Amino acid sequence: MSFFKVFDIAGSAMNAQNIRLNVTASNLANAQSVGGSEETTYHARHPVFSAVMKSLQGDPEVFGVKVNQVLESDAPLDKRYQPDHPLANEEGYIFQPNVNMVDEMANMISASRAYQSNVEVISTSKQLMMATLRIGQ
Amino acid sequence: MSISLDKLLGNLPRNLQVYSQRSELLASNLANSDTPGFKAKDIDFRTVLASAGDELEMKATRSGHLGGPSSNAIKTETLYRVPVQPSLDGNTVDSQIERGEFTQNAIRYQSTLTFLNGRIQGLKLAIRGE
Repeated sequence: MSFFKVFDIAGSAMNAQNIRLNVTASNLANAQSVGGSEETTYHARHPVFSAVMKSLQGDPEVFGVKVNQVLESDAPLDKRYQPDHPLANEEGYIFQPNVNMVDEMANMISASRAYQSNVEVISTSKQLMMATLRIGQ
Repeated sequence: MSISLDKLLGNLPRNLQVYSQRSELLASNLANSDTPGFKAKDIDFRTVLASAGDELEMKATRSGHLGGPSSNAIKTETLYRVPVQPSLDGNTVDSQIERGEFTQNAIRYQSTLTFLNGRIQGLKLAIRGE
């Protein structure tokens, strides 16, 4: 029965959205992790999704989704003059991560909504399958 | 008089199969609602239903051979959905529309199931003769 594929597809999407939520959590948690140089400071990370071409039962029309890579944002870091900070460099600057709180919150809501709709897809498909099994009873 | 199950059930089992295939497609659209460059797809139920019965039948050359379609899978032509509001990353999935379509598809599946059940109940009633 082809509803089994729906479980695979929605499951892969839930997994991907879960990773996205995790990355968002990491960005939010590290929003204040200042560093002493451009390289050692935390950069905001963003997952990139891609469709999984190969499906489990050889049907090329149906796609799951996976996280292809997690990219670090190359937006410029905020420099702050704070010479008394233990991490400050020779010029007295510390670097703040380029995490945009507003972006991250929007990302979080979008990820959780997408997760919810995939859960709904699974539960609807399950109900349909159960109803199909009860035919003629 | 023999009872022909095929005649009794008519198009309904085929409809169920088309609906379940469509639910797969809609689920994959929903799953890829955040994938850059993904193009939403759908099938046109009307054309699929119109082409029902066009499949090649197995050739029965002797009296003992069984007929029937050559494969169980229904040939469905998938089409790309025309985006209402295309996004910058080339993704054409509108998750609200897809959710609506998925729900509609599920309800249609369930109503087809109800009809199917009704016919089977009728047959059972006739067999029992109570």
